[in-house]
Amino acid sequence: MELLKCVDLCKNYGSKKVLKNVNLTIPKGKIIGLLGKNGTGKTTLIKLINDLLTATSGQVLINGQKVGVGSKSVISYLPERTYLDKGMTIEKVIKYFEGFYDNFDPEKARKLLEDLGLSTDLKITKMSKGMQEKLQLVLVMSRKAELYILDEPLGGVDPATRDYILDTILTNFAEGASVIISTHLISDIERILDEVIFINDGEIVLQSATDELRVKENGSIDEIFRRMFKC
Amino acid sequence: MTFSFDNNIPIYVQLVEQIKIYIISGKLSAGERLPSVRDLALKCKVNPNTLQRALSELEDCGLIFTERTNGKFVTENQELIEKYKKEYADALSKKFIESMADIGFDSGLAIKYLEEFGGRD
Repeated sequence: MELLKCVDLCKNYGSKKVLKNVNLTIPKGKIIGLLGKNGTGKTTLIKLINDLLTATSGQVLINGQKVGVGSKSVISYLPERTYLDKGMTIEKVIKYFEGFYDNFDPEKARKLLEDLGLSTDLKITKMSKGMQEKLQLVLVMSRKAELYILDEPLGGVDPATRDYILDTILTNFAEGASVIISTHLISDIERILDEVIFINDGEIVLQSATDELRVKENGSIDEIFRRMFKC
Repeated sequence: MTFSFDNNIPIYVQLVEQIKIYIISGKLSAGERLPSVRDLALKCKVNPNTLQRALSELEDCGLIFTERTNGKFVTENQELIEKYKKEYADALSKKFIESMADIGFDSGLAIKYLEEFGGRD
């Protein structure tokens, strides 16, 4: 059975149609890029999958079940903006995650943070933006989930930090799990993707295996994307 | 092993090519056991599925074989390794001759040029 399925999914904000009839299937064990320009519906789709928004019509199914409380343990989600209380120390955040998620592995998180040279008594306010991004990613990847959803994990960080983030994703996702990464920074990420989904103006315009698309359209994913959505 | 990739070409194709070079150059020796797919993928910093696809292709052409419980190994068939080595050398030579032709050397002149170049670095 497919891990995630969206069926005729629509979302309106007032009279504005943000998602139009999205049909989507995500299998197990794949890394998938959700690629689209700013304001095309990526984050709305992700929030619907995480049951943080209610669909106007249509359904999101996780392992064949409608999304809800049950899917919270299946999905490990990295939102675009931080939700951590910045007054907390790293140690406190780890405890918080441990209490919140059964599948969170605090030892793994501590090990990854140690590799980063971060002391756990550090307060989040004292950390740079890049470091905060890394901390959040470490927390999300330290859960043994079936689906990791990362919304713009590369936004606003330097190229060296991007490499760290990609490596951390690649080394830490649980075996057999899938990862959805939304981004518009395609060239940085396309090397690790099995499949890409292009979203434009609230519609899925393409879903394809990455290497096949390179052959078919004769170029890098970044180039194909630019060609397709030229402003 | 270190790899580098060009985003314009399918990653699995580049993996096949680069692992093949490791084998024909002897950097991966005949009969050597390969790390597990996941470990090797992390080392090359690619998606494990992509690496798996590249290894299947190498298995199809006989350069790698799987022992059911032990993992994947480089072939011990030296003849086959030589065959692929020759194929690769042929392709390089062809490319050289063609590129020289592009700038006006016929093949005789190109080969002579290469011979004379041999002494330099």
